[in-house]
Amino acid sequence: MTNQATALPNGVNVEALLGAREALTEMPAAAKFVWRAENEWKSGTHAESRIQGFFGLGEEQRHVREFCFDSDHPEIFASEDNGPTPVEYVLVGLAGCLTAGIASVAANRGIELRSVKATLEADMDLYGILGIDADVRNGFNGITVNYTIDADASEEDIAAVVAQSQKRSAVFDIITNPTNVTVRINQ
Amino acid sequence: MSRLSHIPRRTAGAIDVVVIGAGHAGLAISQLLGARGVEHVVLERGEVANSWRRERWNSLTLLTPNWQTRLPGFAYDGDDPDGYMSVSELIQLLDDYAANTKAPIVTGCEVTSVRQVAERYRVTTRQGTWNARAVVLATGACNAPAVPKAASELPAAITQLTPFDYRSPESVPEGGVLIVGASATGLQLADELLKAGRDVTLAAGEHVRMPRRYRGKDIFYWMTHCGIHDESYAEVEDIARGRRLPSPQLVGSSDLPILDLNYLKDQGARIAGRFMRAWNGQAQFSGSLGNVCALADLKMQRLLKLIDETADRDGAPAAETFAPTRVDDDPLLSLDLENVNSVIWATGFRPDYSWLDVDVLDRKGQLRHDGGIVNSEGLYVLGLPLMRRRKSSFIFGIEDDARDIADHLVGYLTTPVRRAS
Repeated sequence: MTNQATALPNGVNVEALLGAREALTEMPAAAKFVWRAENEWKSGTHAESRIQGFFGLGEEQRHVREFCFDSDHPEIFASEDNGPTPVEYVLVGLAGCLTAGIASVAANRGIELRSVKATLEADMDLYGILGIDADVRNGFNGITVNYTIDADASEEDIAAVVAQSQKRSAVFDIITNPTNVTVRINQ
Repeated sequence: MSRLSHIPRRTAGAIDVVVIGAGHAGLAISQLLGARGVEHVVLERGEVANSWRRERWNSLTLLTPNWQTRLPGFAYDGDDPDGYMSVSELIQLLDDYAANTKAPIVTGCEVTSVRQVAERYRVTTRQGTWNARAVVLATGACNAPAVPKAASELPAAITQLTPFDYRSPESVPEGGVLIVGASATGLQLADELLKAGRDVTLAAGEHVRMPRRYRGKDIFYWMTHCGIHDESYAEVEDIARGRRLPSPQLVGSSDLPILDLNYLKDQGARIAGRFMRAWNGQAQFSGSLGNVCALADLKMQRLLKLIDETADRDGAPAAETFAPTRVDDDPLLSLDLENVNSVIWATGFRPDYSWLDVDVLDRKGQLRHDGGIVNSEGLYVLGLPLMRRRKSSFIFGIEDDARDIADHLVGYLTTPVRRAS
């Protein structure tokens, strides 16, 4: 037997997650997190966002390294396409959140995942952002996520994992429910 | 001076046990304490079954079939075992039960404070002060409607009602109605208002879907027969979640095979996601309707599958199938409040412990207790959801819980009092 004999189910440390849930139940203040991003305009519609620090468990925390993201628009928008569009990052966030949830919920339920793949589509009518029709919203009209999951479980159990993942997903909540956004200008 | 002061045991003073509330829970434990020779009094703010007299709508019937209605020393033996009791029938039943069990009730006796003094509880009421070794809180889980904060964002012109205010469709002003909540209450009121020709929008968050009848029997028959109702609180995986579950989408009536969102939609209701806020003259709903319906469908299928194991063994009639909940491709995300004249908050209830001056509440204002044994010696509670069993919140579920609590209480009373040092 090696020291790390038991591999984590789906690579998820269920014990740690459940332990954290129990510990945080007794310490509501430690559960208050603040997520941060820094953003800087480059040129045209190109901007760069950097992420490293965040706040949680009562103190400043850091990712293992800084992550950098370029956002821009494709050439058909007369832009230089230095990165995905900001709305595509929304899809990245949603997919990342739901898939992480699926892995965690499945691990907690003793379901071994062999493969989880998703394709996402979001419809948008440019009449909104271009100000052509005031009745058309700027954002997505809707988002469709299609999962293909190969796992050691029945169809119903997989459906239940995917439903539970949505129920506990931060990004799903952020997208489906209103959120106050305050934009300030530093003097 | 109490008008009942001529009955010695009902006079304020020192006593072994004070039971607060003369609903089914208070009456049940009173019967069991009486049978065990425990000196006690039942203090009731109004009359027997007070909440049922004043805080329920006219057409309400119990969710449980009559045959299932039972209390300690009482079982239904009427001529309509498969029917569902109306509120007035239930009030009569509890009145008769109180009389037959000779429950020592002081009515019109509102408790204004319970506090610990030395190793006893001082129970202060408008009719004097009782000094008890033990107190049983039987005031129920539904003392006040739980209305979300967003209620304050609604324009003043909109009439807001809770199930405590609603009696019949006449309670609701003419015009569009938004019902918030998809529990038994929300669906029953939606059905009644649709039948009265009202324009109804129902906002549905997480809900519990189940058919009234399945494979030839009432669903409650199966849930009891399969052991679900007797499942112990100690065996439930996520007890906090279990206790928060909304009431199942049922109505005490044999008219419909299933009261669900599909049925209400067929009757003309607009179904939206969870109500989130009122903003810019619009009610805004969550975009998660599809998922909450999928969750409810999956959970119903799991329940029916569990029942099938027993029903197959019993040779019950073939299983009915229930269509998945139909959700539009593009469910309603906002509703112009110009078209809404009233909002009904069918968003659940909460207990009121504002008079309880003992440090036993958690940060959400819920009692800290282990199966009804509250976190303060000699203090007990009855009638909360999933208190000791899945059936705890139903009338038929009180007997086993009350018996456990009565036994524990007798054990407590017979333990010698420790001297306060």
